[in-house]
Amino acid sequence: MPYGPHTGDDRARMLAALGLDSVEPLFADIPASVRAHGLDLPGPEPELELAARLERLAARNRVDLASFLGAGVYRHYIPAAVDQILSRGEFYTAYTPYQPEISQGTLQTIYEYQSLLAELTGLDVVSASHYDGAAATAEAALMTVRATRRGRVLVSHAVHRHYLDTTRTYFTPAGLVLDELPTLADGTTDLAELERSLAAGAPVAGVVLGQPNVFGLLEPMAEAARLAHAAGALFVAVVEPVSLAVLAPPGAYGADIAAGEGQPLGIAPMYGGPYLGVLATTDALIRQIPGRLVGRTTDLDGRRAFVMTMRAREQDIRREKAASNICTNQALCALAATVYLATIGPHGLRDVAAGGAAKARELERALRVAGAPRVHRAAYLNEFAVHVPGAQRVHAALLDRGVLAGLPLARWYPDDLLLRDALLVCATEVTTSDDIARFAAALAAELGAAGRVPAEVAR
Amino acid sequence: MTAPRIEMTIGPELGPRTALGPMLQPTLMELSRPGRGEGKVPHPPADALEDIPVEHRRAMPPALPELNEAEVVRHFVNLSHLNYSIDSGFYPLGSCTMKFNPKINEWAARLFGFAKLHPLAPDALAQGTLQLLWELEEALKEISGMAAVTLQPAAGAHGELTGILMVRAYHEARGDHDRREVIVPDSSHGTNPATASMAGFTTVTVPSDERGGVDLDALRAALSPRTAAVMLTNPSTLGLFEDRIVELLDAVHAAGALAYMDGANLNAVLGKFRPGAAGFDVMHFNVHKTFSTPHGGGGPGAGPVGVGEALLPYLPSPLVLREPDGSFRLERPGERPESIGRVRAYQGSTGVLVRAYAYIRAHGGTGLAQVSEDAVLAANYLKSRLGGAYEIPFDRPCKHEFVATARPLKEATGVRTLDVAKRLIDKGYHPPTIYFPLIVEECLLIEPTETESVETLDAFAEALIEIAREAHEDPDLVIGAPHSAPVRRLDEATAARQPDLRWRAMTGAETPCPQ
Repeated sequence: MPYGPHTGDDRARMLAALGLDSVEPLFADIPASVRAHGLDLPGPEPELELAARLERLAARNRVDLASFLGAGVYRHYIPAAVDQILSRGEFYTAYTPYQPEISQGTLQTIYEYQSLLAELTGLDVVSASHYDGAAATAEAALMTVRATRRGRVLVSHAVHRHYLDTTRTYFTPAGLVLDELPTLADGTTDLAELERSLAAGAPVAGVVLGQPNVFGLLEPMAEAARLAHAAGALFVAVVEPVSLAVLAPPGAYGADIAAGEGQPLGIAPMYGGPYLGVLATTDALIRQIPGRLVGRTTDLDGRRAFVMTMRAREQDIRREKAASNICTNQALCALAATVYLATIGPHGLRDVAAGGAAKARELERALRVAGAPRVHRAAYLNEFAVHVPGAQRVHAALLDRGVLAGLPLARWYPDDLLLRDALLVCATEVTTSDDIARFAAALAAELGAAGRVPAEVAR
Repeated sequence: MTAPRIEMTIGPELGPRTALGPMLQPTLMELSRPGRGEGKVPHPPADALEDIPVEHRRAMPPALPELNEAEVVRHFVNLSHLNYSIDSGFYPLGSCTMKFNPKINEWAARLFGFAKLHPLAPDALAQGTLQLLWELEEALKEISGMAAVTLQPAAGAHGELTGILMVRAYHEARGDHDRREVIVPDSSHGTNPATASMAGFTTVTVPSDERGGVDLDALRAALSPRTAAVMLTNPSTLGLFEDRIVELLDAVHAAGALAYMDGANLNAVLGKFRPGAAGFDVMHFNVHKTFSTPHGGGGPGAGPVGVGEALLPYLPSPLVLREPDGSFRLERPGERPESIGRVRAYQGSTGVLVRAYAYIRAHGGTGLAQVSEDAVLAANYLKSRLGGAYEIPFDRPCKHEFVATARPLKEATGVRTLDVAKRLIDKGYHPPTIYFPLIVEECLLIEPTETESVETLDAFAEALIEIAREAHEDPDLVIGAPHSAPVRRLDEATAARQPDLRWRAMTGAETPCPQ
């Protein structure tokens, strides 16, 4: 037993107190026909051997390439203080703060998280977190259904592919309708089509657009929100929180709900999680937001303190009538975001966002010269799609040249003639000019090797 | 304003709390001073945002707090002192399995090779993590007796939703469209009925019998051609094994319904009961309970789901697959067309799963069986120590947790279970789960886990017995508890009636902190 304290004597003493000489009678209520006798598993493994195994497995992953892969998960510099705070057992080994008298640490950090994300999004109420950006988007769409008592949402085709798929998984069995809005040639959502969809068919509960959208492009959010509201629908913005240091916040363009992936705020990519589902809304929709909320109050002595509140929306109180079944949240990831924002500060966050934009412009120029022009015309922040003939083959070949050339969009849009030969690439403040030069050179070489030498490079 | 020094001052010997002033710790927003905190990332060129059209730009920079690093660190360290945690003491929190969180697991999850891997990295770059995930799936199959396991769900409740969506897909595929009901016992977790609602089902609740098990006759009466699934927690939320599980499962299947097992209490039966082998069709694991991944103040967790043969086609995508050449890969989109689809953005909470993997390897099959034996032994021992001071409503061998009730104490002294729980804080313990399950009045649900020593169990039993004595001798002492925590009981009514969920000073609604 690697972590148990019991000696043979301890077990004998406990058994004696129960009048037993073995634990077997304590399992006698398991019927013989379904009683198992042990497990066939490797181990036990002493810590030394386990550590070596884990190091070997971690080393089998390759994280040393020059990476331009984003598509919803972004590499950022994480100040050393973040992990130091997260490593405190007082935070990570604590339970959900149901006992506020001995949980003020967790409760105050969640209140601070809610405050900072409310400031970033320009909204009033932020839940104490959801599983990830996809789950937050699905919950946002469900909120619009509850609030309007309508059963249909319109989601832009240019919302993150996996968020769209997840929302569909949540919607279909509940008998709700999810219609996709097409995009224009410039890569943004077709607002004329939005207007037509709002006017025809079943009444629309909510309209969902991404900012930036899945192609990294900036959408006409204010106009989309205006159209949604004119039809009595709510407007949901799917946002990337670092970008909100420089982009207009959802509250400024009339969004009723903001959802998004909080991973860029100090959380490692970690092959998919744990991440941080950000969900924010206006005071008007406070009763519809699912998930925990922490509020400020006082104790019996009048001292300021924090407590989980408005619990009547939650599953342990309301059971089948709850706003959602969510129980576990991402409190430690919310703490990471809070420490990150506190450490990096408002000017630092702006530098992160603007630094990524600057590197992305550098990347765009270099790739254009190497023979890979942008696919879309709309403005972008730090991510964009480039046209590369044979994109999937080139992407694979570049791995051998030490470059992770973003995401081949054929993976998500195999039937789209334009995107089938496109790579979605991003830059952040950690992208170096050397990496960009390496990518451009490798791409030019690869395209040249395939007999498609662009004029500029050939000269 | 400087932050007052805070110490976690629980324990009766520490006397009255020192004067801490009107707050324990200022917020980040109150500590902020314009101009502080620089130098983490380089400044970009001045024209970095030149190509962003003005209408897309933020007019006013976000008013986030400005602090230097030392202040940030001190702030969060001071706040950490206000938390109770497993690393500081005993957490007998029934239904939550607050066992020790091994430190090597934390180290492992932070290894660069794991931490820096992008979820959309090509399979060729992700072989180490894919192998770990595949091996974890195999281990969970062995532990559960299920045919396959998905690691995708982010938490237990998310696993429930995933499982119930598969149940729905199964019935739909068979043209069995009338199965719109999910049956849950009255002792079930709130997530069970909430999940059924989210998946578009109506919930039918069946009562428990006098022995604390599901009332078999009531279940049989509730089952019908409308039943899609029955969700059972076994051992139940009373800490009791459903000893008529064979008859229960037979009845469910005879009605054409599927059996869902809520795996919250798996810690009691590792190597003793394999739900899939016993006939359950689908179950979720709470790795933050059974496999020691930290609770994190509420999360993150992970809720893998195991299924039997019937539900294999409907598992969410992507699964982790092993190729004949020994390499690993993720399933490709559309590879399994009957899948319920995606339940989250990427393939799983890998950082949490690395910890669960390390825990399972450290124990092996024999160690996991010992975990359950020790957890069950500790619970029965602690139960035997409390008899007399508290009533034990179901007095038969329990599994990893048991229910006690302070109902007689309340009748005799006016002291409620809530008061007993709060008084435990004064004695240095986190309170157990209280008022759950809903079917036992004034209940405490106590789960010691396998990682607490006999000395800790004895001292905790003594503390509970002493509180019962205090309730008779000086009830106000108990009713006013806690007396030595950082704060006293909170005004929760005002918090809910006039919600203050964010700091308003940033938007000018309040002035910053008083100087």
